Amino acid sequence: MRLGVLALQGAFAEHLAVLARLGVDGFEIRKLADLDGGIDGLILPGGESTVMGRLLKDTGLFEPLKALIDGDLPVFGTCAGMILLAKKIENDPTVHFGAIGVTVRRNAYGRQLGSFQTVEDFDGIGKVPMTFIRAPYITEVEDGVRVLATVNGAKVAAECGNILVTSFHPELTDDLRVHQYFLGKVAGR
Amino acid sequence: MDRVNILENPAFKAKAEKINRLRGGVIMDCTTPDQAKIAEDAGAVAVMALERVPADIRAAGGVARMADPTVIQAIQNAVSIPVMAKARIGHFVEAQVLEALGVDCIDESEVLTPADDRYHIDKHQFSTPFVCGCRNLGEALRRISEGAAMMRTKGEAGTGDIVEAVRHLRQLKDDIRVVQNADDEELVSISREMGAPYHVMLYVAEHGRLPVLNFSAGGVATPADAALMVQLGAEGVFVGSGIFKSSNPEKRAKAIVRAVANYADASVIAEVSVGLGEAMRGIDSAGMPENQKIQGRGW
Repeated sequence: MRLGVLALQGAFAEHLAVLARLGVDGFEIRKLADLDGGIDGLILPGGESTVMGRLLKDTGLFEPLKALIDGDLPVFGTCAGMILLAKKIENDPTVHFGAIGVTVRRNAYGRQLGSFQTVEDFDGIGKVPMTFIRAPYITEVEDGVRVLATVNGAKVAAECGNILVTSFHPELTDDLRVHQYFLGKVAGR
Repeated sequence: MDRVNILENPAFKAKAEKINRLRGGVIMDCTTPDQAKIAEDAGAVAVMALERVPADIRAAGGVARMADPTVIQAIQNAVSIPVMAKARIGHFVEAQVLEALGVDCIDESEVLTPADDRYHIDKHQFSTPFVCGCRNLGEALRRISEGAAMMRTKGEAGTGDIVEAVRHLRQLKDDIRVVQNADDEELVSISREMGAPYHVMLYVAEHGRLPVLNFSAGGVATPADAALMVQLGAEGVFVGSGIFKSSNPEKRAKAIVRAVANYADASVIAEVSVGLGEAMRGIDSAGMPENQKIQGRGW
């Protein structure tokens, strides 16, 4: 199993560290040639969605990754990664991959680099520690999208088909179960 | 608050974690909302809101202070990415004001005229993360002990000359190697010689790196400069005067972002360096009198 982590900017190293702890072969994606070795699953990390969006276009990675995602490649987007996968961003006409039928609100908890931690239920896993950093959340979901976690009324994790998204950063905690959940999707494909 | 072991302090860890999202990014100095928008569109990971870029601060002389809150708020309203701003060294009230304005990160910066010639701000008192400048490991670990959640090597701001940035990053790496290779019984003496707080230095001895994110600053003018610093080990780059003092800021800003993302790929750096127009003219820092260098500010 080979998992690619988009490494143009942001918290890619943390995801790769989690994959290493889980004994999974992870690799950085910075340029087109990085996709040559094949890919079984993709992680879009936290960081600045505007930066990653621009670099995806500039590096020529956008179209091939979009084709892979539309072709049912399992994808896990955390924080900015969720914004990249959403079909709609509130107050912003930009759509990146548009792969999951959710509307997200950027900087939903305020614009300061504010963060908080909590422990909430994640459907199918149980209580999970959740770290939010300048996080988005989901304001609307289309039919067929399953909401997996809710914090104070806000939807913070969802899945639909091959796509899994979370507002929070499971890669920043010692709890590996959300990544294991994603690996289950990769293995079951 | 646990000051004995600050690296395990939850408030400190939370600030360092927040800052981590900037990794691999370019932070650009901006003086107007229009410039901030150009930076955001070019792919800046954050902007530094300033009244004047360092080259102009140098040219203007006089006392350089925290930016007018009007400028900071206008920039905050113009962009969705994090906005940073500078406070004078030791000026904890400027820092309080910046925290009240809701900036995402405060740079306690030698680029401004110091307000205290002996002490820096006690950064543990703030919930906003701080970034500070350093020229060596001792300076970095003093700032981290005071609560800085991010470091940047200083370079020589406003010159467009990369040599000081290289010198400071190489010095930091040299110092880290010394600490990493030292026997345990040598560490207390090394700590005294470097002026590096012992307990934080133990982290460096064990991990061979700073306990917080470290960017490069002070002198980056071209995509190749930016990639040079990242190849040397910086985890991102601040660009001050280099963008808005060049002939084509939009194009240069995009090129520098791309060069940092693909720092190890010379063909990409070549491609983005084509047709950028003139870089900032710059000042050769080797010919600069010591009293005009700002890197020596900070204690």
